[in-house]
Amino acid sequence: MEALKNLRICDFTGQLAGAGATRHLAAFGAEVIRIEDPVNEGRWDILRGNAPFVDDRRGIELGGAFNNHNVEKKAITLNLRTDEGKEILRSLVEKSDVVSENFSSGVMDRLGFGYEALKKLRQDIIYVSNSGFGASGPYQPYKTWGPIVQAVSGLTFSSGLPDQPSAGWGYSFMDHTGGYYMCISILAALIYRSSTGNGQWVDLACTEAAATLTGPSILDWSANKRPTRRDGEPNSNRNAWPKMAPHGIFPTNSLDTWISLACRNDDDWTQLRALIDDPAGFDSNYDTLEGRYAHQNSLEELVSSWTLVNSQTELASRLTSLGIPNAPVRDPQQRIDQDENTADWGLWPTVEHTQMGSVRVDGLPVHLSETDWNLERGAGCLGEHNDEVYGELLGFSSTKLKDLKSQGII
Amino acid sequence: MNDTASVGPLEGIKVLEYTGEIAPWAGKILAELGAEVIRLEPLDGSHTRWYEPFLADTPHPEKSLFFWHYNLRKRSLALDINSESGKKIFLKLISDVDVLLEDQTPGHMLELGLDYPQLAAVNSDLIHAAVTPFGQNGPRSKDPAIDLTILAGAGPAWSCGYDDHKLPPVRGGGGQGYHTASHWAVIGILTAIIARKELGKGQYIDVNAHAASNVSTEAASYSWLVAEQTVQRQTGRHAGVRPSSPTQVKAADGRWINSGVPARQGKDFQKTYDWLAEAGLLEEFPEAPLLQLGATRDGFLNLGAISSGEDPEGAEIFAAGRAAMVLLIESLSAYEYFTGAQQRGFQCGIIYSPEEVVQDVHFIDRGFPLEIHHPELNQSFIYPGVPYKFLGSPCEIKRRPPLLGEHTVEVLREIGYTPENIEVFQSENILG
Repeated sequence: MEALKNLRICDFTGQLAGAGATRHLAAFGAEVIRIEDPVNEGRWDILRGNAPFVDDRRGIELGGAFNNHNVEKKAITLNLRTDEGKEILRSLVEKSDVVSENFSSGVMDRLGFGYEALKKLRQDIIYVSNSGFGASGPYQPYKTWGPIVQAVSGLTFSSGLPDQPSAGWGYSFMDHTGGYYMCISILAALIYRSSTGNGQWVDLACTEAAATLTGPSILDWSANKRPTRRDGEPNSNRNAWPKMAPHGIFPTNSLDTWISLACRNDDDWTQLRALIDDPAGFDSNYDTLEGRYAHQNSLEELVSSWTLVNSQTELASRLTSLGIPNAPVRDPQQRIDQDENTADWGLWPTVEHTQMGSVRVDGLPVHLSETDWNLERGAGCLGEHNDEVYGELLGFSSTKLKDLKSQGII
Repeated sequence: MNDTASVGPLEGIKVLEYTGEIAPWAGKILAELGAEVIRLEPLDGSHTRWYEPFLADTPHPEKSLFFWHYNLRKRSLALDINSESGKKIFLKLISDVDVLLEDQTPGHMLELGLDYPQLAAVNSDLIHAAVTPFGQNGPRSKDPAIDLTILAGAGPAWSCGYDDHKLPPVRGGGGQGYHTASHWAVIGILTAIIARKELGKGQYIDVNAHAASNVSTEAASYSWLVAEQTVQRQTGRHAGVRPSSPTQVKAADGRWINSGVPARQGKDFQKTYDWLAEAGLLEEFPEAPLLQLGATRDGFLNLGAISSGEDPEGAEIFAAGRAAMVLLIESLSAYEYFTGAQQRGFQCGIIYSPEEVVQDVHFIDRGFPLEIHHPELNQSFIYPGVPYKFLGSPCEIKRRPPLLGEHTVEVLREIGYTPENIEVFQSENILG
């Protein structure tokens, strides 16, 4: 059985923060109908038609990231600048459980499809808006994308090494995570509707979702008046909460090839100490966690001088055999093509895209014993499901479909 | 509930949480959404009660700010689950809840005699979510792992760090490997709650933290999956298959700005020129005429034509736009630049530290900083608040994190034990 087979979503999302939310619901069987503008060929979503590409072909249907984020969705086109287009959208909303979008805050209102308008079309509609700063407050009109959300929320600051600018996140961590919060918003609102019959508007602000992820730092300031912005901080390869030492990312004998390792306690350290076997480098301070933590600089030098003369593979295998937490800093090829753990999980399923052919995509990191996810179909091409959605769902005749196409409405 | 606070969209959902450090964040989110979450702790308390930082730097199991954050709104039940009576109580709890959330080492629940088949026999509606570093049955399922090794082994660290590759890759701070796994646990649990209605029973959810971070690395994964291209880390911006220009600039007050993308269309060059004039910086900026030239251009500059050399004038205009932006940032405070640029329609961000977020006017206006009172300390503290406004069912519960075993008797009474039963358990020393 498909977990969400009775769920229909009228989906305006795009990019990763929005499209990346509804893809997971589609993977669990929800009917996600993604609406795109026929006039500019859906280019509001800048990933449509953009790299990476499977081969030398280029074009609006061939964007690799777009395919990844829109698997299993139905793609329809609809020109909302026209009255008839708006009327068709009204019919679609009446048949949908959820309307989802991640435009800048206020865009849906200007289109005439804010929550109050949607509610008139369907009393129990669930409307989930996902924006950078939310639908209220002084920064409501401000524009964001992942890195801006991460900057303003404290996440960028929390990632880095001392005496360096912030390293931040080398990708839109908060587009993925904002998508997860959007998914949670939709599912929780559905559960509430199922028990009360009531729909609602969920106003999700990605910057706030991000700011919940630094809680102990906020409490340390609130309770102890200790700001994170202080000398020597942050050093996010170390770990103060709880204290561990050594705890970091160390170089190996090959260029730009690294291993992470940590000693959680004295047992881990005793094992590591035996493995390093460098009595001249040991200091009695290292015998206790407090001592190791206080002398991390010299301790890290000792560990580095050992990791530097060993291979990443050899280090990982020896550390693992002794039960010491470690992992190579895996590059994409290592973790996608050479990691038995992700292969065993089925983490990189292949989908069929009408024009791109067979392409591998991100799978889901959960398995449900009775109603698991399934990804087979790639993203829809522009209007690929027009006939199905307008014909079968809304019952338009083939003549009407032809007319709408010739008028540029779909 | 007419005259009391709204609980949230998951009102009525009961969760038993038996976690260590990986998945309490999932329980916290469920509690924030209105679920009734009972955290099961050993008699001497969760070991995370001993995680720094502590209130006034005084180590004490009721003063861990780390524990506080991850357990807001939960209740605490202290129970010796290894005893026979403890197991009986656990099974009775299972018969009463919708969800079991746990992050025990694979095999541990079976050793206790409390694995999913035995729990489902007691409550077929149960949704059992198990969060582990590598999943239940994978080839590395029993390997040791912590947040650091998950983020290093599953991709995030490869993409984070600096242009200078002599510096190590960086693990993003804050326990985000565990958080990502917890977010997926919540998605799985809510999906299973919806499916239960038609399915007529609960199910088992295997949540793999390593897999969760693996599918949360954006272009690093799909550049390889689609085109076998490898991204490389860069300072404070997206790792890329090809290098890109820096985006972090230090403002006049020493704080940093993520500058976003420089001006690319006519009206933006005009706005940049006007802003320089307003700030009295035109004289310091000899390239200003290039901005005026840019203002006469129609549409967007074609960055492809600029990098290929087909539009040399466009290249000069684009470079002048970027230089003007840097000059403005270096001449203004970070906050002045952030708000000034956004008000002019330029996407950019101030790089705040975590505590600066909850002092910012926007987040205060939205009610995001959450003041929670701790009566036994007679003090209130600022927690990060709720990130989504469920306008029809807001979460208004402000219960502080639980003291160890604070709700043991209350919960046992709720599931039907009499005061006499409880006295017997107490005499067996299995309650805390």
